[in-house]
Amino acid sequence: MSLPRTPSQTVGPYYAIGLSRKPQNELVARNAPGATMLIGQLIDGQGAPISDGMIEAWDAGGKRWGRSGTDADGRFSFVVAKPDAQPGQAPRLDVLVFARGLLRHELTRVYFPDEADANAADPVLSALDEPDRATLVAEQEDGALRWDIRTQGDRATVFFTH
Amino acid sequence: MAQTEESPIVLPDDPDFGPEVQVDYPGYRSTRWRVPKRPLVTIPEEFHDLAGPVFGHEEIEEHDGDLTRQHEGAPLGERIVVTGRVLDEDGRPIRNTLVEIWQANAAGRYRHQVDQHPAPLDPNFSGAGRCLTDDHGRYRFVTIKPGSYPWGNHENAWRPMHIHFSLFGPEFTRRLVTQMYFPGDPLFEFDPIFHAVRDPKARELLISRFDLDTTQPEWALGYQWDIVLGRGASGTTPMENL
Repeated sequence: MSLPRTPSQTVGPYYAIGLSRKPQNELVARNAPGATMLIGQLIDGQGAPISDGMIEAWDAGGKRWGRSGTDADGRFSFVVAKPDAQPGQAPRLDVLVFARGLLRHELTRVYFPDEADANAADPVLSALDEPDRATLVAEQEDGALRWDIRTQGDRATVFFTH
Repeated sequence: MAQTEESPIVLPDDPDFGPEVQVDYPGYRSTRWRVPKRPLVTIPEEFHDLAGPVFGHEEIEEHDGDLTRQHEGAPLGERIVVTGRVLDEDGRPIRNTLVEIWQANAAGRYRHQVDQHPAPLDPNFSGAGRCLTDDHGRYRFVTIKPGSYPWGNHENAWRPMHIHFSLFGPEFTRRLVTQMYFPGDPLFEFDPIFHAVRDPKARELLISRFDLDTTQPEWALGYQWDIVLGRGASGTTPMENL
C-alpha cells in the first residue's frame, strides 16, 4: 500500500498570523552556557531583502528547534549554542527556508567558523567547492554569528534535496 | 496590473510531475527572484538525521483548535469543521504531531498588516489555530470558511478559498507546508499556485471533501482532508529502519 504524498504549497506572505504568534527563536536560553546570537539576512536574486520569509533551525543532536520570521530588512535571528558534533561530522544546524514565492521550502545547513578542522573533514561540506562551502559557514561579527542566506546569484547559498 | 509575462498564468497539465510542485512555475511571479536556480545538492543517505522536533500538549492553548471561540463574540461567516488524518505513505497514522493553520476571514482578509485588501477585518476572528494529532493521526479544527481575495499576481487575480497548513511529522526533512482548498471552487482553473502542481491527480489531493457525517446538525458544515507526508530525505520510514 502506498498513498500519494500531499503536494507542497507556498507559505505565502501572511504566515506570521499562524506561525509567528510568539517568539520561538531561542534554541537555548539566552543565559545558557555557550549561548550566542545567530543573525543574518535572507536575500533574493536581485539583492533585495526578503521581508516575508521564515527560517527554522534544528539541532538534531540536542533536539533543539527554533523559528524566526524575517523583518523589513530580511533579517532573522536565533539564540543558539553549538551542537555536539556527530561522529565524523562537523557541528551544524539544519535550516529550512520558507517564503512567498517558494512553492516548496528549501533545506540548507549552517556550520560554525571556529571549527576549521572539523569543517574541513565534514563529508557534506568537504564535498563542495570552496565558494559553495563558504555559503554554509557563519562568520564571527561583533560577538555574534553572522550568516546570510542568498536564494539566487553568484554567491547563492547551497540548498539540499529533501 | 497588465499581464506582461510571455508565459501563460496556467500551464497545461503534466502528470510526469506527480506530487512534486513545479517550484519555478512561471505564472506565479514571486518565484522569479526567489526560487533557487542551481540544482539542489544531495546529502549521502548515511548523513541524514532521522529526528525532528517534538511538540507536547503544553504548546496548545485553550481554543487553539476552535477559531470561532478565540474572542468574545462569534466571527462572521459560515462555521465549518475541518478534520482528517495525517498519514505516512504506508497509511500509518502520524501521532502527536503539531498541525498549525492560518487563513483569511469570511470576507477574504487576513489579520496581517501587509494585507490591505479593502474587505473588513473581523474583530472576532484571528484566523490562526493549532492542534496535535491524536492516536489515530487525526486533527480537528472548528473555523469559518475563508473568503477568496485578490492578490495582484496578474490582472484580476483571485485566490481560491484555502486554509494554510503546516505539519512537522517525525523527521525535520519531512516537514510540509501546504494549502487546503474547498471542493468546486470556480477559481481553481485560474490559479497559478494551485496549478504549479502540474499533475491533476496530485492537485485533487489538495481539495477537501464535503462530508455530511462530519457536519454537525444545526451548527457547522463538515469537511474531511487527509494529509500524507512523504518518506523524507532518508527514503525510508522509521518502521523500516527497525
